[in-house]
Amino acid sequence: MSAEILAPPPSVGDVARGRVRRALRRRTVAAVLALLVAGTFLAYLMVGDTCYPVDDVLRVVVGEQVPGASFTVGRLRLPRAVLAVAAGFSFGLAGATFQTMLRNPLASPDVIGISSGASAAAALAIVTLSLDETQVSVLAVVAALAVALLVYVLAFKDGVVGTRLILIGIGISAMLDSVISYVLSQAAEWDLQEASRWLTGSLNNAAWRETVPVLVALAVLGPVLLSRVRHLSAMQLGDDTAAALGVRTERTRVTVIVAAVGLIAFATAAAGPIAFVAFLSGPIAARLVGPGGPVLMPAGLVGALLVLVADFTGQNAFGTRLPVGVVTGVLGAPYLIHLIVRSNRTGGSL
Amino acid sequence: MTTHHTLSAERLGLGYGDRTVIEALDLDIPPGRVTAIVGANACGKSTLLRSMSRLLAPRTGRVVLDGKEVHRMPARQLARTLGLLPQSPVAPEGIVVGDLVGRGRHPHQGMFSRWSAEDDAAVAAALEATATTALADRSVDELSGGQRQRVWIAMALAQHTDILLLDEPTTFLDASHQVEVLDLLTDLNQARGTTVVMVLHDLNLAARYADHILALADGRLHAAGPPAEVLTEETVRTAFGLDSRIIEDPVSGRPLMLPIGRHHVRPLQDASADRPVAAREAGR
Repeated sequence: MSAEILAPPPSVGDVARGRVRRALRRRTVAAVLALLVAGTFLAYLMVGDTCYPVDDVLRVVVGEQVPGASFTVGRLRLPRAVLAVAAGFSFGLAGATFQTMLRNPLASPDVIGISSGASAAAALAIVTLSLDETQVSVLAVVAALAVALLVYVLAFKDGVVGTRLILIGIGISAMLDSVISYVLSQAAEWDLQEASRWLTGSLNNAAWRETVPVLVALAVLGPVLLSRVRHLSAMQLGDDTAAALGVRTERTRVTVIVAAVGLIAFATAAAGPIAFVAFLSGPIAARLVGPGGPVLMPAGLVGALLVLVADFTGQNAFGTRLPVGVVTGVLGAPYLIHLIVRSNRTGGSL
Repeated sequence: MTTHHTLSAERLGLGYGDRTVIEALDLDIPPGRVTAIVGANACGKSTLLRSMSRLLAPRTGRVVLDGKEVHRMPARQLARTLGLLPQSPVAPEGIVVGDLVGRGRHPHQGMFSRWSAEDDAAVAAALEATATTALADRSVDELSGGQRQRVWIAMALAQHTDILLLDEPTTFLDASHQVEVLDLLTDLNQARGTTVVMVLHDLNLAARYADHILALADGRLHAAGPPAEVLTEETVRTAFGLDSRIIEDPVSGRPLMLPIGRHHVRPLQDASADRPVAAREAGR
């Protein structure tokens, strides 16, 4: 109170300037993140067992034939880098959507079993049933939606409480992970690459036929989510408040859940449930843009950056090549522990 | 400055699941006045308020705003005329006061439309009206209960509706903050002509601040009218199952309800007994 008395009272202009300042910070953060994604993308294409100069890489990207580089960069690194960006963006965007809508950082699709559902279905489809990419994606989407519905129904008792939904989701997630292990153990051509892809996420299989469905899904579903940012901001204030502000809450919730689950499923069908990307991106983005504001776009960029950097590191920094999910898992686990410890300390229940 | 809107309920029936909460209720909200809805716990006060702001669909009958059925109006159009502050709105962690109040502008903005000067002016006016301008850059988490409630009211004001519904705006507030919030709503009503409808627990504050009282009992409208007419010992008995005495509030001249419980009641209850006892005590 004393500070209010000592400082001159802010004027109407100050209030508007505060808003402009916060909006500017959000835009600056998004621009810097986009630049970082672009820079890392380029570095990712240039560096590897063989390194190529920038102009070779750019010529390959625009479609020219460059001996050597056309194969290594164009056929191996480019689809993999594009998948890293598209899957990372999808995970970040969908994760932040869930966290915003359920008002809980733990309520991300990779914690509450939706990623595991998509992963189990995709593993089954590829390893056991030998389906093609489209069929795999469709099955992953159906399974992820079914898991989302199952978690919602099981958690429903006079409305859905975040904590109950999260605990049920963690349980379902554990069950689905054991389904994945079972599918892998039954497969004839059981190998470590497949196992790491479906358990923690890996880009090792990346080729255009895996990457394209993810890009298409992102191009269709991404705008659906990003156009609902303001609705989600209103729904953060509680359903009644949002409805009083003119938001059709049920319709928005269904649209947003289906779009976010779709993004998770397509990305997972191609790259596996890359550990903790959906979970980490939103909170990192919120830290960068300042609390309380909309984080969907920055969260998508953070997700893309996380996957790119993690895969780049996994490929080049260690003696052996580590799958991307192992690297993101190392980043995500401490944050999960931090969140749980903090909610214990503040007396919150999850 | 405000166009007066008519809001009424016709044969309104409300409920959740198997439970019927309100049955065949008819009421009119007087335009440009302050109305308080009072009644015992679980008598349907909040349910009625939620239905009037289309959060709950009626089972029978309808809620009518300016001749149009509320539940058939486009959501955003309704949200520009009628605002609701629910009982327990949720503030996102870390949100700054100015941003929270700004969310009240939602029904005035399109899907991708930019923030306008009009939005800034509305937010600034809402902050000013609630004396929260100095808090604009503060995080809502840091505020006291009274400040927080003022900020929520500022958000509802930024919505710039001619009718404002509030569900127990004074709960969890201490006496001085309760009065502060009710004074603020009265200012708003007098300055802008905003029609205020609020659910209040405290009968005496309702009598003090409302022009019009709706007393609910068992899902029905037991009495409606100015405080002096509605707040009677009989109403208190029917609506709350409580014996009471109604006297004239020496501060406002409006009715003041004194509850009669099982304890701390003088054996003689007629008014003439007051003076001798006081005189006896003064003489000691």
